[in-house]
Amino acid sequence: MVKEEQKWTIESSASLFNLKLNEVWAYRDLLVLLVRRDFVSFYKQTILGPLWFFIQPLFTTIIFTFIFGNLAGISTDGLPKPLFYMAGITAWNYFADCLTKTSSVFKDNAAIFGKVYFPRLIMPLSIVVSNLVRFGVQMLLFLILMAYYYFAGANFSISWAICLFPLIVTLMALLGLGAGMIISAMTTKYRDLAFLISFGVQLLMYATTVIYPLSEAIKKYPAYAWIIEYNPMTPIIETFRYGFLGQGSFSWLSLGYATLVTIILMLLGTIVFNKVERNFVDTV
Amino acid sequence: MSNIAIKVENLSKAYQLGQIGTGTISRDLERWYARIRGKEDPFLRIGENNNQNTKSESNVVWSLKDIDFEIDQGDAVGIIGRNGAGKSTLLKILSKVTAPTTGKISGKGRIASLLEVGTGFHPELSGRENIFLNGAILGMRKKEIQRKLDEIVDFAGIERYLDTPVKRYSSGMYVRLAFAVAAHLESEILIVDEVLAVGDAEFQKKCLGKMGEVSKGEGRTVLFVSHNMLAIRSFCKKAIFLKNGKVEEVGNVTQIISSYLNRTDKHIISFENEDFIAESIEILNKNNFIVETITNGERLRIKVRIRTKVNNPNMGFCIALYNETQELVTCINTFHINSFISDLEIGTHEFIVPFQEYILNEGRYHISLHLNSRQGTLYEIIENCYSFTVLDDDVRRGGIYRGEWPGAISLVPEIKIESI
Repeated sequence: MVKEEQKWTIESSASLFNLKLNEVWAYRDLLVLLVRRDFVSFYKQTILGPLWFFIQPLFTTIIFTFIFGNLAGISTDGLPKPLFYMAGITAWNYFADCLTKTSSVFKDNAAIFGKVYFPRLIMPLSIVVSNLVRFGVQMLLFLILMAYYYFAGANFSISWAICLFPLIVTLMALLGLGAGMIISAMTTKYRDLAFLISFGVQLLMYATTVIYPLSEAIKKYPAYAWIIEYNPMTPIIETFRYGFLGQGSFSWLSLGYATLVTIILMLLGTIVFNKVERNFVDTV
Repeated sequence: MSNIAIKVENLSKAYQLGQIGTGTISRDLERWYARIRGKEDPFLRIGENNNQNTKSESNVVWSLKDIDFEIDQGDAVGIIGRNGAGKSTLLKILSKVTAPTTGKISGKGRIASLLEVGTGFHPELSGRENIFLNGAILGMRKKEIQRKLDEIVDFAGIERYLDTPVKRYSSGMYVRLAFAVAAHLESEILIVDEVLAVGDAEFQKKCLGKMGEVSKGEGRTVLFVSHNMLAIRSFCKKAIFLKNGKVEEVGNVTQIISSYLNRTDKHIISFENEDFIAESIEILNKNNFIVETITNGERLRIKVRIRTKVNNPNMGFCIALYNETQELVTCINTFHINSFISDLEIGTHEFIVPFQEYILNEGRYHISLHLNSRQGTLYEIIENCYSFTVLDDDVRRGGIYRGEWPGAISLVPEIKIESI
């Protein structure tokens, strides 16, 4: 017999804040399977397999070290250059991947979304989690590099702020998710933003302290440094560097600011996402 | 409310026609402005109905308009209607893929919908991995899939290939696997859209068998859309006939199917492209009268009127003749007269297709007209554009006709007797 709690209704409008988290929970197996799919299909039919996860950050680090470190001579706060850049790249990549993948979630999954219902939130969540796996692998590479420089006797030290690592990862994930959801909701009707996002993320990297320390930016461009300071990713990356390498501008105030921006973007993102998911199939 | 599985009240769904994107920002702003003043959406004018043939001033089309019906628990209900009647939209709303514009559906029990087979299959993953992924997308828990794995693999018949990526599967295996997953969903309500159009005849039978089992044996509610009237009749008890986004009739399946098939409102067909306009289709009797009933001893002619817009038009057509059970009796195409078609000049032309006497059996026939290019590229299918009845004149059979003769066609050939 059908239980009473299995009653449902479909209506033309729904409340904005109803996230249907209980539904998301009921579909948790799907989340796991989607993450697994992303991970497995990434290296199917490749020779190097999961090693590809290493190759991208490794080569980017080498190029950055050569161009920004040696050719342009940008300061790295006295840290070994590869270590400095890899810290920035690892953290930035996680945020950027979450943002770009989430922002095209409706477009990429239109075929599935158009044919079967499951809580749409599962898809962006699976993106954030599968990128977390990737981030984990890249963190491993970063830790190996740290160990190498430690034994080589380089000048850096781990600080107490390393305890903030879980918070930082959460902030990066939610920031990418929130902003990505807003953009994804808007791109279902207006494709323009999809073009903006790919090079926008690249430009944003230069407005974040990935290839230079914040202290250097303040010193050289005191008038414009506020752009970099108001970028919520800046305090996150600075805290990351401060925690792992002991150098970087850390302040509770700026980290609090980043947290606030993240929360606002997440709230806004979920509202917009919720509104759009009901009818996007008709316009995408 | 005790026995009702699905209750649909006042359901409507509007779609926007034309290009979406350019000009929508200004329209969105107008909409928003109307809303904050508490006015109605200026782009959703009530009263327009969904007729795909006529052009309308407004850009909005009501794919469904004020639909009301109830479905009892354990019923297998077929949804029939022409292309564009709103069948798929209704299923999409029921499966929560898209939200209705107005109205409400309430019900109880888990819904599993099968609008397509193999949604979310990833070509790189193995059969086993895809079973789990697809099952989860359809709403199954991992434990549930684990429990049914053997049954699914067995039904699909792919045991040897279970750990091979599905991109190496034959298309038949792919479809079998996909259907097998969906058929083993545990839900109180099952929604199926025309998925049986894929796969070979044997597998289609198997699927129908499984679906019959589901609705009769397990007492689940099934909603089924198909153009295959035989399939609908074989396992649906009830049917809903949709026409232009409205419920035309609800009731017993046999009755609804016959009223759907007999509903030929007009013989004017309209299809237009750069080369030609298809204008009408008619059946003529020996006296050149347009008729809907004819005896099998009469010479029947089908007349298709086409207006060409260019010299040497790239056109052709195929008259598909179906009998009452929607079985294709014959298909008459124009490929063999392509050389004549290429001689056609701008103007109106009537194509007259004569039928031999004593070839069609008694019964009701429906014509679907397929319009295509000279090479056979399909432009459009106009379904059920003409229906007619053939009566046995009882002459050739020597006056001993008693009721319907069995068989799809009724040949009365000259039989020679050679006594040795």
